[in-house]
Amino acid sequence: MAMTLTDDQNMLRDTARDFMASEAPVTHFRKFRDMGCKDGFSHGLWKQFAEMGFTGILIPEADGGMGMGQIEAGIVLEEIGRNLSPSPFLTTSVAAVEALKLADKAMRDRWFPGILAGETVIGIAIEEGVKHRPEKIACVAERSGNGFKLTGQKQFVVQGVSSDMLIVAARTAGVAGETDGLTLFAVDKDAAGLSMEAARLVDSAVAAHVKLDGVQVDADAVIGEVDGGWAVLSKMLDAGRVGAAAEMVGVGTGAMYMTFEYLKTRKQFDRVIGEFQALQHRAAHLYGEMEGARSIVLKAQSLMDEGHAKAELYVAAAKAKAGLACNLSVREGVQMHGGIGMTDEYDIGLYMKRDRSLNEFFGDAYYHADRVATMNGY
Amino acid sequence: MSELETFRAEARAWLEENCPAEMRTPAKGDEDVCWGGRNFVFQSEAQKLWLERCVAKGYTVPDWPKAYGGAGLSPQETKVLRQEMAKLGCRSPLNSFGIWMLGPALLKFGTEEQKVHYMGQIARGEIRWCQGYSEPGSGSDLVSMQTFGEDKGDHWVVNGQKIWTSYADKADWIFCLVRTDKTNKYQGISFLLFDMETPGVSTKPIKLISGNSPFCETFFDNVVVPKHQIVGEVNRGWDVAKYLLGHEREMISGMGGDGGVTSIGAAMKATLSQEPVLRAQMALFDVDNLTFRAHGERFMDEWKTGKAHPAYSNLMKYVGTELNKKRNELVMSIGGSQALEWESERSNGGSKARNWLRTKANSIEGGTSEVMLNVVSKRILEMPGA
Repeated sequence: MAMTLTDDQNMLRDTARDFMASEAPVTHFRKFRDMGCKDGFSHGLWKQFAEMGFTGILIPEADGGMGMGQIEAGIVLEEIGRNLSPSPFLTTSVAAVEALKLADKAMRDRWFPGILAGETVIGIAIEEGVKHRPEKIACVAERSGNGFKLTGQKQFVVQGVSSDMLIVAARTAGVAGETDGLTLFAVDKDAAGLSMEAARLVDSAVAAHVKLDGVQVDADAVIGEVDGGWAVLSKMLDAGRVGAAAEMVGVGTGAMYMTFEYLKTRKQFDRVIGEFQALQHRAAHLYGEMEGARSIVLKAQSLMDEGHAKAELYVAAAKAKAGLACNLSVREGVQMHGGIGMTDEYDIGLYMKRDRSLNEFFGDAYYHADRVATMNGY
Repeated sequence: MSELETFRAEARAWLEENCPAEMRTPAKGDEDVCWGGRNFVFQSEAQKLWLERCVAKGYTVPDWPKAYGGAGLSPQETKVLRQEMAKLGCRSPLNSFGIWMLGPALLKFGTEEQKVHYMGQIARGEIRWCQGYSEPGSGSDLVSMQTFGEDKGDHWVVNGQKIWTSYADKADWIFCLVRTDKTNKYQGISFLLFDMETPGVSTKPIKLISGNSPFCETFFDNVVVPKHQIVGEVNRGWDVAKYLLGHEREMISGMGGDGGVTSIGAAMKATLSQEPVLRAQMALFDVDNLTFRAHGERFMDEWKTGKAHPAYSNLMKYVGTELNKKRNELVMSIGGSQALEWESERSNGGSKARNWLRTKANSIEGGTSEVMLNVVSKRILEMPGA
């Protein structure tokens, strides 16, 4: 396919851009941050997302959704990133939906309507250490009665405490380090033995540390195949990764244009600082990096939508590149803003914090560069 | 099946039928590249056959109109053809500055007669062209060039010197920037075409740090150029030159090994597995390489549909050449002491070292990285100042 957006996709972008700019601009983010919101996002905004059709963008039409692909989800995510709009879109509408698409009808019927209505939030309980290592999952699911008993701990479960359900990856066979033997479970937030501790993050999102102390689930809580969870997990992670990459394109682009604007208005030595070649060259280099990131993210999204064999490689490269470029953008942003860039009052620092969180989400640039090397045969 | 998929099947069948097996192996060096021209010596019967078949089909310049030697393919069809050629490992039948640079300029600025004559010669690989732009005192500041053509009624008499003329000693004709008005800097330059065998033209190869001499100094001593050998209007050659530079930047930005997405890491696994920091550098390079290829694809798609910024090729030139230099630094580091060998057979005559040194020119020729960043900053980002 051509690496340009179609007319429909351009229309969606305009809609999402107008919506985020008017309903969820940076001032919206600040409002919820400053009130110390326990969720880290507005449930009202989540409902508005649903009214716009965003929450079901990846849900198949047969299940009542929009039936669109990663490119379209990415268009929404880019605008979310540009405006720092806080929402469960990435975890719930992208990652969780991709996993649930592979679940049986009863499970889809149970969760999709709530997502479509903007009422349901789903947390992704994968991480067990401070760095992303999905194959190292050690949380155990033992067969028990009609189902399984889950024991272990999870962390960095974004919006976990606000979730109605957690998708938990646990080991039904094998040992940590193996991709075989994993199983995904839909665990109700009220399940006995499940406890959570909320932790506010640097970007004001709220993530949970989750304890699973012999949590009993029925056999029908399994998403996909028992012991064959890696396939579902990979799809869910890759959707989350390419989604986070798209959001970082938005964060990085937002920060970049804020910085360019500043270069064109801030005066020192009797001229606007954008006249200085030292800054012009850094600005142009940054633009090239962000344009590259935008390109590889679009390529990865389209390969995922095609079900192409190389999608996994491109998703890893896209997450890595978007992370590196967005990180450069916020660092250059704060530096070029000078002293004012260090103030809480100015927005550029908020972009720096969001970048940090998104970079860590589902594997950082170094993790994914390592995967690129492995997939490339060295 | 869509029309494009039908075309893909046809193109593949044609390539399988017509591309000789020898031409489906990677070119080992410059000697395997077919440049065409009056003095070109084919390395093999297969190389000659492959060129002839492509010429007959219009596939040396697939996207040029049929009337000018092309196959008249759409941008999408051209992309498909290149994909199929890459899949089969087909070598380029013909490399030439005529295809990459002069042809597109003629298509935009040339007369119908010039298009039929010159573009046809280029498409058939009959004439090898070189480019006369830079002068000893005019590098990045190209418009300060001094080579002068004195108006003698039906012809100009050209005097002066060019430098960094690629393969001037092997070229048949030159497209050359000549000052035809000393009083007007930008609108005092004309874009002339002339035969390198014209009396008064001489060349002297320049030996580079790579030990090779791909560039020459070119001297003009009372060279007579008939008036009809001008592209575009008198004194408006700068417009042609700028347009053509855009194509040159695209070409240079596309350089780099196999020019594709295939990682060079796998072949060097034995070393990389023992060198974790080097492996990490290679991994980050691969991320950048995949990014650049996707970026190039997106740029071409936007360019062909008129959505790209006119100065965008400057950005691609900057990113692509810096990437290619990085690739060659890694090749040298991974190659270790063997990559240092300059003449031995086991080092293929020092090819790694020589290629590495050659790539240092990528970010200088056709506009330095610094000039590219200036252009991006001012024209795309609209930064203030001179």
